[in-house]
Amino acid sequence: MSSPAGPPGSRTAPETAPATATASVTAPAIASAPVTTSVTTSVTGWGRTAPTTARLARPGTYDEAVAAVRACGARGGIARGLGRAYGDAAQNAGGAVWDMTGLDRIRAVDAEAGTVVCDAGVSLHRLMEVLLPRGWFVPVSPGTRYVTVGGAIGADIHGKNHHVAGSFTRHVRSFELLTADGAVRTVRPGTALFDATAGGMGLTGVILAATVALLPVRTSLMTVDTERAADLDDLLARLSATDHRYRYSVAWIDLLARGAATGRAVLTRGDHAPLDALPARARRAPLAFRPGGRLPPAPRGLPDGLLGRRSVGLFNAFWYGKAPRRRTGELQKLSAFFHPLDGVPHWNRVYGRGGFVQYQFVVGLGAEGTLRRIVERIAARRCPSFLAVLKRFGAGGPGWLSFPSEGWTLALDIPAGLPGLGPFLDGLDETVAEAGGRVYLAKDARLRPELVDVMYPRADAFRALRAHTDPRGVFTSDLSRRLAL
Amino acid sequence: MKDAFGSPQSLLILGGTSEIALATARRLVARRTRTVWLAGRPSPALEAAAGRLRSLGADVRTVAFDALDTDGHEEALGKVFAEGDIDVVLLAFGVLGDQKRAEAEPATAVQVAQTNYTGAVSAALVCARSLRVQGHGSLVVLSSVAGERARRSNFVYGSSKAGLDAFAQGLGDALYGTGVHVMVVRPGFVRTRMTAGLDPAPLATTPAAVAVAIEAGLRRRSEAVWVPGALRPMMTVLRHMPRALFRRLPV
Ligand SMILES: Cc1cc2nc3c(=O)[nH]c(=O)nc-3n(C[C@H](O)[C@H](O)[C@H](O)COP(=O)(O)OP(=O)(O)OC[C@H]3O[C@@H](n4cnc5c(N)ncnc54)[C@H](O)[C@@H]3O)c2cc1C
Ligand SMILES: NC(=O)c1ccc[n+]([C@@H]2O[C@H](COP(=O)([O-])OP(=O)(O)OC[C@H]3O[C@@H](n4cnc5c(N)ncnc54)[C@H](OP(=O)(O)O)[C@@H]3O)[C@@H](O)[C@H]2O)c1
Repeated sequence: MSSPAGPPGSRTAPETAPATATASVTAPAIASAPVTTSVTTSVTGWGRTAPTTARLARPGTYDEAVAAVRACGARGGIARGLGRAYGDAAQNAGGAVWDMTGLDRIRAVDAEAGTVVCDAGVSLHRLMEVLLPRGWFVPVSPGTRYVTVGGAIGADIHGKNHHVAGSFTRHVRSFELLTADGAVRTVRPGTALFDATAGGMGLTGVILAATVALLPVRTSLMTVDTERAADLDDLLARLSATDHRYRYSVAWIDLLARGAATGRAVLTRGDHAPLDALPARARRAPLAFRPGGRLPPAPRGLPDGLLGRRSVGLFNAFWYGKAPRRRTGELQKLSAFFHPLDGVPHWNRVYGRGGFVQYQFVVGLGAEGTLRRIVERIAARRCPSFLAVLKRFGAGGPGWLSFPSEGWTLALDIPAGLPGLGPFLDGLDETVAEAGGRVYLAKDARLRPELVDVMYPRADAFRALRAHTDPRGVFTSDLSRRLAL
Repeated sequence: MKDAFGSPQSLLILGGTSEIALATARRLVARRTRTVWLAGRPSPALEAAAGRLRSLGADVRTVAFDALDTDGHEEALGKVFAEGDIDVVLLAFGVLGDQKRAEAEPATAVQVAQTNYTGAVSAALVCARSLRVQGHGSLVVLSSVAGERARRSNFVYGSSKAGLDAFAQGLGDALYGTGVHVMVVRPGFVRTRMTAGLDPAPLATTPAAVAVAIEAGLRRRSEAVWVPGALRPMMTVLRHMPRALFRRLPV
């Protein structure tokens, strides 16, 4: 399918919207420019650190988005999806922040090509609701369903299937990009603009819509193998030896365990369950998407320090202890396997007013020694971080600022108020950079700017493209200011 | 921009030779601060302070600024903000004055009041306007425990700090929701040239300790910071002490 316009016969339009042509969007005349009202409000990322104030506007149509970009003032603007980036990527002090969730239509599903055309503000949750009953799943699913397609492209997100499927933008056939001049361009893989935008943190323009290739599935359940790894060596050996047998693989690692147990972990790996794996009753509606009830949201105003070393240590030990030494073929709901945290809305509030940071880095295969040293340093530091995630990435993609590259990635949450955390993480950065690794910008709120070019060697090309396509700096975020991107 | 721990990348010091401010700048430069503006009355001391910060790796510029020349504030400070965002403004200028002399020569008391209060009101409002446009930033105001309850021995200085403290709190409330954070810092006796030759009061501290407290306050986005922290309960007691008793305290 070359263009979302001109629906082929096989296409079904599941959602309210007719398959209007995204490609035919043109900038409206200024005189008739639609106005989107904006409110001045404080904005943070998911980690709730470093709030800044911006004018938040929610364009409801492509034309409104174009008008908003054209009218943005001296401090520019940045697109925002569901705000799941942990740091300051989707905030813009003193300028505009465009909440893209108003562009929420699924435009077309092409059952022959296995693609969906949707607005950039559509969430992966919504896509699952609509697509699963039709036998399709999103090609890449992060640890939460509550991210938008725009955010998935902007951060070039990865999932538990990175070692076989790569990152999100590998599955993007094209997208519509609203650039600084107010024009809308159809951008396809293999072009500079595509590679700059894939992982480009919204700094090349506003994505309005995208065509994404889907994964056919027979059921909405997962078949999952669970095993325990006694320590880091054991864990890395198991991941290296058998990851290729699974479409999805991840390890939850206990970073408070020390001594011989350093790096102990629980591996959960699996695939979409085939029809014949389902019990007879479930086979009647094999594709039903029932994420299960969400618990009440975490209350506001929780104190800092709720997640101390002791409580987190106990939790981690309990959770490691209760995991089966080895279990195969367990059937799990999609939501339990992919998005366990989505059951508690606003769980980020449990870190209290001080918020938290997520530290995620990747180092290459062969840098196991570096990985080990970092795990030991975190364990020795007694960071109260529960459920850190370790995964083995496959080869990286072409995105200039795209995070994943072949090797080991570790992600952990830490309360921002932990004394000395800033210098401690700076020290880890040095180690990561020396090993040729990098930290993930979508999680970042604190990287030393000097390291950006070391970790992302194509950052220069990225700046050059921005200087060329956006000389006035229309697309600006707190992250781009902080890291001079 | 400040990072997740409140560490600024750019810093503007009003009162560029203040020992407390420079101790703070050294700490912040050791973290994320790369751009420092030292605003103050032109002097070799000001240039020397800039040189020392440069040797730590910061890009430092000085700008002529006199607290008493309120008419010139817009221009002097406007120039700084025109060059780029300022993440933290540290309002540090102030004079202690000589209480005995002030009582004999009211003109010297006026000088203290105009520097510590009027000059600060003007400079803070000029900066606040630019910070507001930025949508982020902290204004750190060096008040003093002396403003918490004016004492017989230095009530001219104390009252000027009381005025400044009240002003800064009000400004903080006015800026609530704009992304701009105002933090009032209330040190006790700090060993600097301002207090040279005076007998240290109980709980006397150092510029470095004030710098640590300021850095922590930025991380927590505190609205008020006492240095040392023990002064807070102590001043609560003093504040409620009957006048007749307070008057006779040997402080
Ligand atoms: C619990 C949890 C688990 C997570 N697990 C993973 C994981 O496993 N793998 C992973 O890769 N990430 C993970 N993340 C991070 C998350 O997937 C990314 O930060 C993602 O970008 C969030 O999407 P969003 O829609 O919330 O975008 P936001 O957070 O709002 O924005 C993120 C970036 O995308 C840009 N952007 C958003 N919409 C558009 C648009 N329409 N046009 C242009 N740019 C746009 C923004 O400018 C910003 O730079 C996780 C986050 C959470 C909270
Ligand atoms: N030291 C203490 O015990 C203590 C306790 C509580 C609060 N404080 C407050 O903390 C702040 C800093 O004190 P410090 O101890 O660091 O004192 P400091 O080293 O004496 O610094 C005072 C600063 O104020 C500047 N200044 C004075 N008059 C000025 C004017 N008209 N225009 C511009 N700048 C002027 C001085 O600049 P020049 O070099 O030009 O003179 C100097 O930079 C002051 O506000 C002080 O009141 C100090």
